Amino acid sequence: MTWFSSPADADARLREVGYLSDPGTAVTTYLSGQLGKPLLVEGPAGVGKTELAKAVARATGAELVRLQCYEGLDEARALYEWNYKKQLLRIQAAHGETWDATHDDIFTEEFLLTRPLLTAIRRDAPTVLLVDEVDKTDVEVEGLLLEVLSDFQVTIPELGTITATARPFVILTSNATRELSEAVKRRCLFTHIDYPEPDREREIVLAQVPDLDDALARQLVDVVSRLRDLDLKKAPSIAETVDWAHTLLALETGTLDEDAIRQTLGVVLKHASDQEKAVRELKLAAGRRP
Amino acid sequence: MSLLERHLGFLAALREAGLPVSLAEGRDAVSALGAVGLADRSLVREAYAATLVKRAAQRPAFDAVFEVWFPALIGSGSAESALLDPESALIDADSGEIGADWASTGADSAGWDTGEALADLRERLDAALQAGDQQALDRLAVEAVARFGAMPGRGPGMSSWSAYTTLQRVSPEELIGQIVQGLLATGRTEEEADREARNRVAGFRGRVEADARRRIAEEKGPEHVTRTTLRPPIEQLDFIAARRTDLEEMRRQITPLARRLATRLTREQHANGRGPLDFRRTVRASVSTGGVPLTTHHRPKRPHRTELVVLCDVSGSVANFAGFTLMLVFAMREQFGKVRAFTFVDQAHEVTHHFRPGADPADVLTALAADTAHAARWGRTNYGRAFTTFAEEYADALGPKSSLLVLGDARSNYSDLALPRLRELADAARHAWWLNPEHRRHWDTGDSAARDYSAIVPMVECRNLTQLGEFVHRLV
Repeated sequence: MTWFSSPADADARLREVGYLSDPGTAVTTYLSGQLGKPLLVEGPAGVGKTELAKAVARATGAELVRLQCYEGLDEARALYEWNYKKQLLRIQAAHGETWDATHDDIFTEEFLLTRPLLTAIRRDAPTVLLVDEVDKTDVEVEGLLLEVLSDFQVTIPELGTITATARPFVILTSNATRELSEAVKRRCLFTHIDYPEPDREREIVLAQVPDLDDALARQLVDVVSRLRDLDLKKAPSIAETVDWAHTLLALETGTLDEDAIRQTLGVVLKHASDQEKAVRELKLAAGRRP
Repeated sequence: MSLLERHLGFLAALREAGLPVSLAEGRDAVSALGAVGLADRSLVREAYAATLVKRAAQRPAFDAVFEVWFPALIGSGSAESALLDPESALIDADSGEIGADWASTGADSAGWDTGEALADLRERLDAALQAGDQQALDRLAVEAVARFGAMPGRGPGMSSWSAYTTLQRVSPEELIGQIVQGLLATGRTEEEADREARNRVAGFRGRVEADARRRIAEEKGPEHVTRTTLRPPIEQLDFIAARRTDLEEMRRQITPLARRLATRLTREQHANGRGPLDFRRTVRASVSTGGVPLTTHHRPKRPHRTELVVLCDVSGSVANFAGFTLMLVFAMREQFGKVRAFTFVDQAHEVTHHFRPGADPADVLTALAADTAHAARWGRTNYGRAFTTFAEEYADALGPKSSLLVLGDARSNYSDLALPRLRELADAARHAWWLNPEHRRHWDTGDSAARDYSAIVPMVECRNLTQLGEFVHRLV
């Protein structure tokens, strides 16, 4: 199936479902659908990588299948597993049956537990497969992904090879805590989502918090972008900007002056040393003012 | 140059700039181009980026090469069709008729570089900067380089373009005051206006530099520019050769680097086999499968942690390197049992107390720099005396569980090397290493005592962040 007809179409339809993409992301998303290649999205935490996958699913009416990666994820959790307990029950219940009949019985669909990767491949309807935080897995899982991502097929010894009838739209996200192997990268298109331009961020905040005053939103985004310049341990993400907007709205703070910033700084900065630094820098700025 | 040739040349240039572009990726790029078409340059750029770039750190290099190989303009005129019709674009470039282009766009071709033209351009630049009009700024950058950046050569093909001259003449910094005034009028606070104005001017500088690069590429061929103007990525930049902005960028890289190393380490420790069988948990879990122990449970393994003693030279030439190494070691504090740090120029001085947990890296580096005074009594690097004072005052720091790490270039101003002292220290510690920020070929030149010291303590070359990361990983 065609997912998007052009980069502009991708941009417009993502926007419709509430995802404001930057030009690079829109083009890569379109290309990923068009070329049938997985899309690897990298970037700092909280810039909307996972959100992109959800938005693609919403925009194209596809179902989202999500594989959340973590350290120790293995084939049984990612691909498929036999339901041992049920198989044991089946054997115990089969009094007097021959072994041949039993072992044919216990390796059938009924006892197969499909995990996200196999689920996505077996689905006929349009599917978006999200492999979230792929950098958290062990290197062996990358090998597994490789096979699935390049051929879109899985071999189960007892059942045979299962090939995807409809190629899922695959999005992998990564915070780059670990360098992914060249093999995985070669099979994927790559895009890096960074913190947005102030204008785009303001749009995003206003889209998420429609009640927010426009001037306040500009002030807010400006302070946040200044905080990002400060070289903090954890720079504020878009999600945190939106949280901040909600906070200010709840406190009915009309303007973002120094007191307001200091009181609510905990919403965006979660390290003590970051907060100290921010307060110090903002004070410096205040001292310069006549 | 046909489109295919340009594509292949572009790929070759990327490889030269350090991006590993494989054959398959080049092919993918072509099919991606087929999907987006060639009409829109920004789409072409993104299509190439999506297929060829594999790490965020490679993007600046990619953009620079792309600008040079697929210029937005030819000469000073607009060339939207350059990509569609490479043949004609090339002819344009060869003729090099810049003046004619401007004449046709209505500019005053008689007065190229006059005071009047300068005043006029600055006026328009001021307006564009105040309005933040990106397209006008693009046009103005092109015009500025054409008017004020030309460096006529002796023969054909010898002329060149200079961003430096252009910026000297136009000096956009002088406009900051006016831009701030303009922004204040739109209701921004003073600091906001000031910051915004500086950003815009810096953006204009970048445009001018890019345009000069593009013009040089046009005259001398893109290969030339790729070779001469691209700098190595920040992780591979030598500590000693780094400029101030580079150092700033490197400092930002320290925390992510430490985090990456730490995740890699925990992962490897997990992979290094499991601990002993946890019998009770295994039996308990087997109840749900009718007494068949399908999964076994294991006790976690006790991690082994080394104690680290870092002794580093903080004299001018290697101070940056020492600072970075200390930062990295302390950022990975959890990986070590205990870390103690000493700095020296000619006598050892403990600085461990600067590294409070959660402290801000910038503050720590500043405090370290301020502390250098304690490390120097005579003011000249003297490794021999430093080892002696260390052995006298802090001998208790070293024990059978600790590793000694010496950082420095081993340049001791031809003084006594105190080799026996270092041997004592190395013997007291479990392991000892020496990190040298100089290239191996400079060892043993001049007053470097690299060979004498490396006979006692194994010496490792550590010139950039990549090597530093690798070493710290091996150490743990």
